[in-house]
Amino acid sequence: MSAELQAWRAAGPHREASASPAVAPREPSAGPAAAAIPSDVTSPQATRRGVPVRAARHTPVRWAIGAVAAGLAFVAVPHWASDYWLSAILIPFLVLSLAGLGLNLLTGYAGQLSVGSAAFMAVGAFATYNFALRIPGLPLPAAIALGGGVAALLGALFGLPALRIRGFYLIVSTLAAQFLIQWVLVRFSWLSNDSASGVITAPPLVVAGVHLDHPAGRYLLTLSIVAPLTLLARNLVHSATGRRWQAVRDHETAAALMGVPVGATKVLAFAISSFYLGVAGALWAFAYLGTVEPHGFDLTRSFEVLFIAILGGLGSLSGAFLGAAVIGLLPIALSHASAAWLGGAIDPGQLQNLQKILFGALIIAFLIKEPRGLAHALTAAVQRLRGRGGVRGLQAGIRPDTRPVTRTVTPSGTPPHERPDALCPAGGPSCPG
Amino acid sequence: MDFFIEVLVGGMLAGVMYSMVAVGFVLIHKASRVFNFAQGAMVLFAALTFVCLVERGLPFAASLLTTLAVLVLLALLVERVVLRPLVNRPPIVLFMATLGLATVIEGLAQAVWGAQVHALDLGIADKPLDLGGVLISAFDLFAAATAGTLVAVFGWVFNRTRLGLKLRAVADDPLAALAVGVDLRRVMAAVWAAAGFVALVAGLLWGARLGVQFSLSLVVLKALPVLIIGGFSSMTGALVGGLLVGAGEKLAEVYIGPLVGGGIENWFPYVLALGFLFVRPEGLFGERSVARI
Repeated sequence: MSAELQAWRAAGPHREASASPAVAPREPSAGPAAAAIPSDVTSPQATRRGVPVRAARHTPVRWAIGAVAAGLAFVAVPHWASDYWLSAILIPFLVLSLAGLGLNLLTGYAGQLSVGSAAFMAVGAFATYNFALRIPGLPLPAAIALGGGVAALLGALFGLPALRIRGFYLIVSTLAAQFLIQWVLVRFSWLSNDSASGVITAPPLVVAGVHLDHPAGRYLLTLSIVAPLTLLARNLVHSATGRRWQAVRDHETAAALMGVPVGATKVLAFAISSFYLGVAGALWAFAYLGTVEPHGFDLTRSFEVLFIAILGGLGSLSGAFLGAAVIGLLPIALSHASAAWLGGAIDPGQLQNLQKILFGALIIAFLIKEPRGLAHALTAAVQRLRGRGGVRGLQAGIRPDTRPVTRTVTPSGTPPHERPDALCPAGGPSCPG
Repeated sequence: MDFFIEVLVGGMLAGVMYSMVAVGFVLIHKASRVFNFAQGAMVLFAALTFVCLVERGLPFAASLLTTLAVLVLLALLVERVVLRPLVNRPPIVLFMATLGLATVIEGLAQAVWGAQVHALDLGIADKPLDLGGVLISAFDLFAAATAGTLVAVFGWVFNRTRLGLKLRAVADDPLAALAVGVDLRRVMAAVWAAAGFVALVAGLLWGARLGVQFSLSLVVLKALPVLIIGGFSSMTGALVGGLLVGAGEKLAEVYIGPLVGGGIENWFPYVLALGFLFVRPEGLFGERSVARI
């Protein structure tokens, strides 16, 4: 159970971060807020920020909360949650969170837009399948890791155009990845072991002799992969690499001037993000669905992942989980609500249309009202409830942000990138035109 | 050789259909620097509204006018609800907002009109004409002529009329345009309404070709490479880009396809566009954008 132990450690601080507002100052500081605001606003906070918060984070109380959360997630949930909850709600939620996290590393932190996430998920799934199939005795976690590795390689390859093109022109490269990879997977049947229409089925879900092919097992498998990867991502974005990503996102030229190798940084972001997406794809295929075909990773899935990242908050790790909760669970909640209150008067097709309208409206509303996503909205709401004004509030990111600017100023000639804007990093100074 | 010319011409005529969608993008991009991903959804919405009105017994002209009115209404709504609050935000945010908008419009179109496939007959026979030994579809010729007219008309509006002057002023410098009394909101609404009109025309032609169904909203994906190749802010570019993409993908399908097993039409335009991005990022007819620091 060493993996569980590891994951337990992983789950600790993270769960805490999403649940408890006290750690909140860290989230926004990692996000776009700090970087995108002119330096005269940030600098006093920047010096104030680290020390007290860091001290607070390592108190035994917090570790205890983390331990309880991990205990709940790893022991209580699989024990008491019904099979339906495990396999239809919690597993997809975790996998979508991981995918959102992966895209967030690329788009939210490194500022490179991608609409081809699902392609890299597909690569992860199919590569994992082939490793498990063709290398006898390869442990499942190793196959998944290798699958993620292949996705990372391809991600780096399709990230290469980022060396030359900027901002949203990257959607061409990522769309090329989306269509090309899907075509390859359908066209070359060797990749799906010559099955009809490229359908692949999960390899035996056995880890260290333990059979995991039941809802609780698949949930534990998913959780013990998602939790450590989340911790890793958290450390990554605070590491030198993560800071280089953010530097490139916020101002490519300035970053280059400071000695950040811009090209290598971008390609690395593509690779790592694709690794996460690849692992998420493998879990989606094998821990959640069981069988999958290339069509299951189409453009719609890519947009779904992008919506998760936007809605949760670009440049926020807990945001990926919040976004996945909304995007993943809203359809289920909608269909249950319709069945319970309207007696199923709305047919499923209509429900799906309704859901599309709702998703689109949510995206637009968040881009307008809360560009930093659910993660920030939640933190701000909790802060307000706690009645913490003043300095703490400021630290948490409730400071005069971009919104007054965008509301009061009618079109000004200022080029977008010169204005403070929470989402600027996504396009940043590199936005064309 | 005849076969080659037939493929080439057929591809170019199909490409003109892509141009028609691309023209809608160019309109909006020229005036507001927004890459409007919802254009495809608007094509679907326009065609679906029109065909359902016709099926409910409205005469052709009345349906056309009603649909146009609905599209203008939609344009006003988009300007008020989406664009105005997002004014001056980075292009990437606006792009993501149009992604959301596309989802809303697709959902709305199908919620109101249902998801079944509708046949649409414009009364133009899709029969091959023999032009000097090369077979060309009459419908394709009609579509090409329509697209050519659209490009010519919009080009004229942009470069020769007062409205066009306003549009160019807004695109150039919104603040300066505002200062000399251009009503930005009305200009935006006008542009979106015009894009709605283009969507209607494209929707009718595509709908007559493929049937009016959800896949109409996916033509947006074919228009993107066209725009990259032609340049985002040029009507002529949209036309030429469409010709190149159409001809390129058909030729590739016929001559390269068999070597790799076919079905390469889906991704070939993107690889072509990617090549263009490397060599000529502003497209064939686009304005060279200055990378500002």
